[in-house]
Amino acid sequence: MSTKPDIRIQQDDFDINAEIKKLTQGRTDIGAVVTFSGLCRGESDTLSALELEHYPGMAEAEITRIAEQAIKRFGLLGISAIHRHGKIKPGENIVLVIAVSPHRQASFDGANFLMDFLKTRAPFWKKNHLINGDDGGWVDAKDTDDDALAKWEKK
Amino acid sequence: MTVKVVYFSWLRERFGMSEEQLDLPEAVKSISDLFDWFEARGEEFAAVMEHRDIIQVAIDQTHVQDKNSLIGDAKEIAIFPPMTGG
Repeated sequence: MSTKPDIRIQQDDFDINAEIKKLTQGRTDIGAVVTFSGLCRGESDTLSALELEHYPGMAEAEITRIAEQAIKRFGLLGISAIHRHGKIKPGENIVLVIAVSPHRQASFDGANFLMDFLKTRAPFWKKNHLINGDDGGWVDAKDTDDDALAKWEKK
Repeated sequence: MTVKVVYFSWLRERFGMSEEQLDLPEAVKSISDLFDWFEARGEEFAAVMEHRDIIQVAIDQTHVQDKNSLIGDAKEIAIFPPMTGG
């Protein structure tokens, strides 16, 4: 049975439990579920919101490409990813990744792999909106995100 | 050759538009040629192209790492800064 990733880009929030259920309901071959969710930080109460811009079409396509690699590489039984766009307030969800597999290591690795590649390859850009009304500018890409990819290079 | 070019993040803001149809001269064959063409296009475009080493490109919604890649019969070229999702 081929495993197809479930990738969604949406403005609305997501329900983690409902998403886990979608992946696991009616199955008895899954022994491990790993979820990662990324939230908006308040940056010591200076941030009023993050604005997430994305490239419609390519954002879905690119995360799907990464998810397909993760399924193949780690032998996942399923993977879901939801990335929100628009204005997101501190404390709110930005991104969700759920990986399922027979045993835990594949799910841990699959979720980690997807997030590492999503950070540097999925076409999203964050802009800061500050509480004092100032334009906080666009968030700079981090070298540490590029470095994180190195651990996935096959030796 | 006419191609749709889309811009994101601060490139979009600096150019003051999110997309445009460009009629490119025959001589613009690669991404690198396209960047050269932008440099000669006007002050604001040249200012953005000072960052050409970090600017990223997708052709028909697929990342292009090599700036010598040919544009060919691309329908859509996207130009954007390093991504910051997740």
